[in-house]
Amino acid sequence: MAAVSDIAAPGVLDRFAHRHRFRLAEALPWLATIAAYFVFPDYLSLGAQILATVLFALSLDLVLGYAGIITLGHAAFFGTGAYAAGILAANGWGEPITGLFAAALVAGLAGLASGAVILRTTGLTLLMQTLVVAAMLSEVANKASRITGGADGLQGMDVWPIFGQFRFDLFGRTAYVYCAMVLLLCWLVVRAIVHSSFGRSLTGIRENVLRMHAVGSPVTHRKLIAYTISAALAGISGALIAQTSQFVGLGVLGLERSGTVLIMLIIGGVGQLYGAFIGVPLYMIAQDRFSEIDPVYWYFWIGLFMIFVVMFARGGVLGLSERIWRARRKPS
Amino acid sequence: MSAASLETQGLCKSFGALPVASDIDFRLESGARHALIGPNGAGKTSFVNLVAGMLRPNAGRILLGGEDITRLSQAARVKRGLVRTFQISALFRRLSLIENVTLAISEREGAAGDLIRPSGRHRKLIEEAYALLETLGLAEEALRPVNELAYGRQRLADVAVSLGLRPKVLLLDEPAAGVPSGETGAIIDMIERLPSDLALLIIEHDMDLVFRLAKRITVLVQGSVLVEGPPQEIAADPKVRQVYLGERAPR
Repeated sequence: MAAVSDIAAPGVLDRFAHRHRFRLAEALPWLATIAAYFVFPDYLSLGAQILATVLFALSLDLVLGYAGIITLGHAAFFGTGAYAAGILAANGWGEPITGLFAAALVAGLAGLASGAVILRTTGLTLLMQTLVVAAMLSEVANKASRITGGADGLQGMDVWPIFGQFRFDLFGRTAYVYCAMVLLLCWLVVRAIVHSSFGRSLTGIRENVLRMHAVGSPVTHRKLIAYTISAALAGISGALIAQTSQFVGLGVLGLERSGTVLIMLIIGGVGQLYGAFIGVPLYMIAQDRFSEIDPVYWYFWIGLFMIFVVMFARGGVLGLSERIWRARRKPS
Repeated sequence: MSAASLETQGLCKSFGALPVASDIDFRLESGARHALIGPNGAGKTSFVNLVAGMLRPNAGRILLGGEDITRLSQAARVKRGLVRTFQISALFRRLSLIENVTLAISEREGAAGDLIRPSGRHRKLIEEAYALLETLGLAEEALRPVNELAYGRQRLADVAVSLGLRPKVLLLDEPAAGVPSGETGAIIDMIERLPSDLALLIIEHDMDLVFRLAKRITVLVQGSVLVEGPPQEIAADPKVRQVYLGERAPR
């Protein structure tokens, strides 16, 4: 039945059907990642932390920005992954790549199990439940101090060289490259998902869940799949932080971490795939600078910055730059 | 006698003490052009919500092509060809028009669960969406976000999304609501050109539209069927006149 007669149609169809193709601008974060390695050799440890946190924010973007699931407990999966990789490395299995897989598996299962319960709710109820899941896991880690080290943190991690070749060095060179490669692979996965038909249906759920039901979509099922994948990615992110810093503390499961990653993503821009790549470096570099200039009140400056973003740059840096771009094109 | 496309038997629903549907027996034949009218608060939209599965009835049965669907979820009813539109446009507002329709078609074809392939590779579904927009005269705006369209066009888009599901029974909940009177013509045209084997139930306040399109009319008052019949009978019925006395369609 679908005989397209209009001559203009192929152009329209192509534009719509080719949205998943790589654009030149998408290389920018990666060029910046490579450039930073050579320009800031003294900051590679911070750089590795930033790259790992970008992955955390990216995983949050998948659920928040695409599926519209509001969460204040994403650290639950970040922390689960960190502890999974950490406990493995502290108990005689320090191979990092399999550590990542183990972290993804455990965190993904945590996402699946908790998501199956809490994703039936929405709005504030859901927000509360995500908080509670993270708080419960944090308490479990606190109580199980024989395995996790409790409030003292997990000691004695021994992470082996990557592929048996590349040791984690003091300057963070290996850590930086390692985090960059893992982020690249995970970004390719997330990018494929958001451009897939499944990913499009997630945006449908975000835009109008009522109508998604009315077109026969299994909404809760879709959300659960997205939540599980996101949890696994957050777990990989946590494992990267654990392996590169060789330490896991209770803070990996804390509310502050869930809140901070949310702020970083909002600064960058939610639901646009690249918000994480802008917001996380911006926040973490600002934090690094502010805390050096003003060690006591640096949080104040971060707060001021946030107010600025919310007032003048809704949609984050990406939203702001898009508006400027449009405004400059229009008058002509 | 063959089974009706859609049938309700003794359908009841109340919110606390307020009955919104009391003992509604209703038949929609295949290929029907049937209108459901009634004053504000008569329970028209509740009836649609009950039939579509957004509300659960307290009692009674709903049959689709003879099959009992009373206990089925909304999604399962959609898969069987029972589709509704919304009184207030319920679109994916920031997504383009063609995306709105493609989402529906992808769900119908089961492509929407595909995690791997880019959505653009399901080319046939996109072509179908575009062809559907063409038949509704919306193709020129295919790439525009629906919240940038004129309201009358949004109402057409709402129907386009539902048609993407290839319904056997279509419930149109006030297709002309909120549309300036100059633009209702396009909506009437669109409804007149719907496939003739599609069973159509139109809930509407606009009496011009109802009397132009409907072959049969059911009048609902306070959750029960007051009277049912062809348009001339309904127009002449003293009970209907009494209900509608002094009440013209609100614009």
